[in-house]
Amino acid sequence: MDIFAQVMIDGLLTGMLYALVAAGLSLIWGVMDVIHFAHGEFLMVAMYLSFWLGFVGGIDPVISWMASGVFLFILGALTYRLVISHCIGKSAMPPLLATFGLSLFLKNFCMNRFSPNFRILQDTLLGGKTIMLGSITIGLPQLVTGVFSVTMLFALYYLIKKTRLGWAIQATAMDREAAELMGIHTDRIYLLVFGLGGACVGIAGGLMTSYLAVHPEVGGLFGLIAFLIVALGGFGSVPGALAAALIIGMVEALAGFYIAPVFKYVAVFMLYLVVVMVRPKGLFGW
Amino acid sequence: MNNAMLEVEGIHCAYDGVPVVHGVSLNVSQGEIVAIVGANGAGKSTTMKAIAGLHHPTRGRIRFLGQDITQTPGYAMIAKGISYVPEGRRLFAKLSVRENLELGAYTEKNRAVIDQRLEQVFTLFPILADRAKQVAETLSGGEQQMCAIARGLMSGPKLLMLDELSLGLMPALVEKVIATVVEINRQGTTILLVEQMVQEALEIADRGYVLQTGRIVQEGPAKALLASDSVRKAYMGL
Repeated sequence: MDIFAQVMIDGLLTGMLYALVAAGLSLIWGVMDVIHFAHGEFLMVAMYLSFWLGFVGGIDPVISWMASGVFLFILGALTYRLVISHCIGKSAMPPLLATFGLSLFLKNFCMNRFSPNFRILQDTLLGGKTIMLGSITIGLPQLVTGVFSVTMLFALYYLIKKTRLGWAIQATAMDREAAELMGIHTDRIYLLVFGLGGACVGIAGGLMTSYLAVHPEVGGLFGLIAFLIVALGGFGSVPGALAAALIIGMVEALAGFYIAPVFKYVAVFMLYLVVVMVRPKGLFGW
Repeated sequence: MNNAMLEVEGIHCAYDGVPVVHGVSLNVSQGEIVAIVGANGAGKSTTMKAIAGLHHPTRGRIRFLGQDITQTPGYAMIAKGISYVPEGRRLFAKLSVRENLELGAYTEKNRAVIDQRLEQVFTLFPILADRAKQVAETLSGGEQQMCAIARGLMSGPKLLMLDELSLGLMPALVEKVIATVVEINRQGTTILLVEQMVQEALEIADRGYVLQTGRIVQEGPAKALLASDSVRKAYMGL
């Protein structure tokens, strides 16, 4: 029973982190109908930024997540202004290909500048620390990252559901032309949404460097899982992203422990296939 | 006309290179109700969209209160005092009535002004106060139309443009909505109305324009148009 609880808690904490990574993607997809293929590589950029701030500047990830959040907000907004705004609204393919190209560029740029080596920060404030809950061991970096991720998700949810700006974002997603008639500058809403999507992944990436290694391929798997979570939870739904991320985190942990680590993603993708066959719009789709 | 609030001078509009509006000119003076009538596909809604900044004309000029707004984008029109209630209501289906109304006053930052306008529209449409928390897509057709008009009023416009108010409404509701339009005008808002129900529109309008295949074919005082044989034959089946 203790082992089961341990596995479940590990899965939940992983899921909480996944939720924040996926929330940004979900927001961009839900509002703009753009498949942001470089989302995983944005995570990699955030991790590298946090890593170098820690390695060179001695700034711990519990602080540097703010810098990576802001930097990725700017990177997201710039990506919209310089790339996406020129190809949006024609068909789904141009933004998809543009972000795919951006992902290749970012990955290869980091490969070229930083080598393919795995890099991990040593002696971080949270690194290696654990807390005991009865017989269950919880890694402090994972716990802090998970709790922080969920807190950020609630903040994002509050922004979208309870503020006039959030209603404007939803209105833009539902009917861009009608939103313009309300005086909403929808181009700026898109810019903000791309920035927010970047900030989510920036914060997640910044925190993750407390306990995960950074390398040029790190974004690939996280990006793929984020796509899965968005499709499973429903496009544009923050609660959907959270629920789907927790489910995926737990399925991954349970399958990894009780079947075999190599099968954990098989179980995750099987679950995804079943859900999209039964409910193609995802669990909480708009 | 020198004291015109809105002046549309010979605008041409096209979709994907196919011309649909050919040199339409019209004007609206402060305090008027002006109706643009015509059959389906005559170019009425395209003309409205051109004025609202959603579809820029290929030629011609639009001026509002003396200012050229021909190429002004749609989102900037509210700030200029033009509010457009589009055909089909276009409410934000998953948002509540209250949220829809608040978005109508999106450019207004003063909370007291927003609350005052909410009170005004709830006085005009009491049913919306009861439905404030209800999601817009769950309203009946008539309630949705009222919500759309109320949302259009939330910005405190100088000119309210109403596109096909009667579409999909039963006759009793059309009468009620039309009566509300008269009341809105009486309270000081200038109205530009597009309508397929020619008689109902011209009965409340001061002046009217008849649009046919993208061209103005007749214009004048609404009463004169109502009495015109060609209008009665073509649009009222009389």
